[in-house]
Amino acid sequence: MEQKDFLSSDSPTWCPGCGNFGVLTALKKAIVNINKEPKDILLVSGIGQAAKLPHYIKCNCFNGLHGRALPVAVAAKIANHKLTVIVTTGDGDCYGEGGNHLLHNIRRNVDITVIVHNNQIYGLTKGQASPTTDIGYVTQFQPQGVFEEPLHPVSMAISLGCGFVARGYSADTKHLSWLIGEAIRYKGFSLVDVLQPCVVFNKKNTYQWYSEKAYKLEPSYDSSDKVLALQKADEWDNKIPLGIIYKKQKQTFEEKTGLYNLPPLIEQDIENIDITIALEEFK
Amino acid sequence: MRKEFTITITGEAGQGMQTIGMVLCGLFKNTGCHIFANQDYMSRIRGGNNFFQIRISNTPAYTLRQKFDIVVALDKNSVEIHKHKLAKNGIIIADKKQFKILQDDIFDVPFYDIAKKYGSEIFINSVACGVVLSITGIDFKILEDSLKQAFSDKTTQIIENNIASAKQGYDFTTQEYKQDTYKIVCCRPTKKFLMNGNDAIALGAIKAGCKFYTAYPMTPSTSIMNVIAHFAKNYNIVIEQAEDEIAAINMAIGASFAGVRSMSGTSGGGLALMVEGVSLSGMTETPVVIVDAQRPAPATGFPTRTEQADLNFVLHSGHGEFARAIFTPGTIEQAFYLTIKAFDIAEKYQIPVFIMTDQHLADSYRDVILDPNSMITKRHIIGKDESEGVNSYKRYTLTENGISPRAIPSWIKGVIYVDSDEHTEEGHITEDAEIRNRMVEKRFYKKMKGLMQEVQSPETYNEDAEIILVGFGSTYGVLKEACENFKEKSLGFLHLSQVWPFPSSGVISVLMKAKTIVNVENNAGSQLGNLLFSQTGIKPDASILKFDGRPFDVDYLMEKLEKLWSKKTS
Ligand SMILES: Cc1ncc(C[n+]2csc(CCOP(=O)(O)OP(=O)(O)O)c2C)c(N)n1
Ligand code: SF4
Repeated sequence: MEQKDFLSSDSPTWCPGCGNFGVLTALKKAIVNINKEPKDILLVSGIGQAAKLPHYIKCNCFNGLHGRALPVAVAAKIANHKLTVIVTTGDGDCYGEGGNHLLHNIRRNVDITVIVHNNQIYGLTKGQASPTTDIGYVTQFQPQGVFEEPLHPVSMAISLGCGFVARGYSADTKHLSWLIGEAIRYKGFSLVDVLQPCVVFNKKNTYQWYSEKAYKLEPSYDSSDKVLALQKADEWDNKIPLGIIYKKQKQTFEEKTGLYNLPPLIEQDIENIDITIALEEFK
Repeated sequence: MRKEFTITITGEAGQGMQTIGMVLCGLFKNTGCHIFANQDYMSRIRGGNNFFQIRISNTPAYTLRQKFDIVVALDKNSVEIHKHKLAKNGIIIADKKQFKILQDDIFDVPFYDIAKKYGSEIFINSVACGVVLSITGIDFKILEDSLKQAFSDKTTQIIENNIASAKQGYDFTTQEYKQDTYKIVCCRPTKKFLMNGNDAIALGAIKAGCKFYTAYPMTPSTSIMNVIAHFAKNYNIVIEQAEDEIAAINMAIGASFAGVRSMSGTSGGGLALMVEGVSLSGMTETPVVIVDAQRPAPATGFPTRTEQADLNFVLHSGHGEFARAIFTPGTIEQAFYLTIKAFDIAEKYQIPVFIMTDQHLADSYRDVILDPNSMITKRHIIGKDESEGVNSYKRYTLTENGISPRAIPSWIKGVIYVDSDEHTEEGHITEDAEIRNRMVEKRFYKKMKGLMQEVQSPETYNEDAEIILVGFGSTYGVLKEACENFKEKSLGFLHLSQVWPFPSSGVISVLMKAKTIVNVENNAGSQLGNLLFSQTGIKPDASILKFDGRPFDVDYLMEKLEKLWSKKTS
């Protein structure tokens, strides 16, 4: 497959210079690399600027409700485990409105990949604070500045037992595309948190701000060491590590339920289901 | 000799009324009798007062009676609580010594002593079965078989102790209780099924090809989940306990989008969380079946009791305008067949379809005959073979009947775009006014028009009667029995097992002829009555409403009708 096979008829409505473009470029590259046809890939999203992304790639797309991408995605994967399922979501969508689903889908460990475009702000609704907005940041709705402690998605995911946690930066599309590829290849629930500048509403965490702090993990970094991973995940104020922060193979939902041993649920014949045996139990 | 009576087993939560009740139900069913059984339980795991009532009859039984003929009291409290509900010539059975009861008019059985003799109090249930059986004059052999069946997963020692204690209860009673007031006239045994409404819904879903069931537990819908889980392995169904109802409906929609039939079940409080997802199903045109097993509300309400007060809510759940169908089965048979139909309609019209039941239908048992093969399942999708030729595909192609052929992702060569935003035929987001008009027409007008053609006609009885009772859902049984008992006074009923689309023409043609129309509902707001008026312009002349959390029984309804009648004629 080539880039042109994934060309959508719909074009982005993002602001010029938006960090979402970098994620789109990186995701396209990653998808071309995994060597699957558009029809075998499903992009699921919620609502937000980030969540519009699936329209801009020619793959199957389910653009659902704010915060609700994960339940749709995991269930679609369960129904047809041959699909490659990828979620594109924002920090508000995934860590705010959809927080409960993130928590529980890390536990559920269905084999999907979640890419969070983390611009530390609500873009689509014009600039309110998100769960990852830095303390003190002033918005129209937070005129005194945000006073809640921001969520640290990477350390949170590791603590919850997520088996694949990575951080990328949308200005480094080459590295990000590699990360996304690894996340897709990983068998289980994988989370890629992406630093994504919003050039309109986030005046603090700009390209310059992220670029000054972001650095790539050394090749010698041992991503299977959880204690080290949690240490790395805590780095934020001066230096922000990029890469696969934590990786560990765990049994997936599909393995535990034996789904892989069956043809996908969608291929089962339902026209001739005989329930006489079940009925026997009610005699 | 009797043709019908009501037995009530009562005690504290946790004393096993359900087990003994079910053994007795199975046993009387095997003698050929008809059964209607219902549990009245409190929202607690131990203590309180619960009771399991079984109506045993020579003729089909569809509802409860008000008075109990035989009360088996498993604790002292129960005697006090149920004394006043005893029918004429009724009998209370209790362990007087154990409960220190002095009252004379009680049939005293040393439950505890007998059970202890075989090792433990847990055998009290079996002793009680033996007692009831002897009083009703059934051969002990039938009980022996039933106990073997009921405890088939226990050790032989336990089974033997159960049988022995039952036998001693049986023999004790045969000796001490000489009357034959409660000897039942047996019928010819037929092979019938004994199940409740939730069992029927679960079996209907399995038959309809549901492959994914997800829910967050909420009484009284929970047992649907348990029954499907019980059979999941045999029928390759994936069940998942969602983190909340929001996840449940979104998961059901995700699985359905991917190509399988899926369902979720809850009660009103859970449905309140699901409504945004209901709207998502409407907008994305993704089929989904949702069971609302109603319980009294608002908020957490009466968790283990019954009500029919979610009708307005289900009619309007979800923001915006889109087509939906709402089935309201009145019997266990209807619960089974309409669940199958719900899946069919959901897939055909690509809409959310509701099955509304309530605690009363969910938890009450009856003997039923179901024909599992009477309905064939036909899918309404672009099948796998056909899909191979589909290259460029538009999910929301505008068609005459508003239904766009539905492709399954990965089966067709092309890709599928689905969106909760307003979208083009291709599925991409749009703000175009003209496309918006076309899409609303498609999702709302055109689909409703199609649905109207296949609406389930109401069932009627004694159509030419002077008074016609109107009801929906679980009140079917009381309507039916009240009319049968009232025949000479010209009483008929009209029962709706589908309330949306509203079967207006069928309803009008019946109600036009009636002198008096009385709606009978388990709610305070006369919700069906209002719907009837808004859809047909016909206003009921009177309402019989019950909203104490308890189901109607036939005696209660007849009393109310009697009053109404005397007011009319005086
Ligand atoms: C239930 C619901 N609540 C609120 C909204 C409005 N809304 C749309 S996007 C959004 C926040 C998006 O923020 P984020 O996920 O960070 O995405 P971004 O736009 O920054 O990419 C909100 C609150 C909605 N669509 N649905
Ligand atoms: S508002 Fe921000 S996130 Fe949204 S498109 Fe513009 S730059 Fe990007």
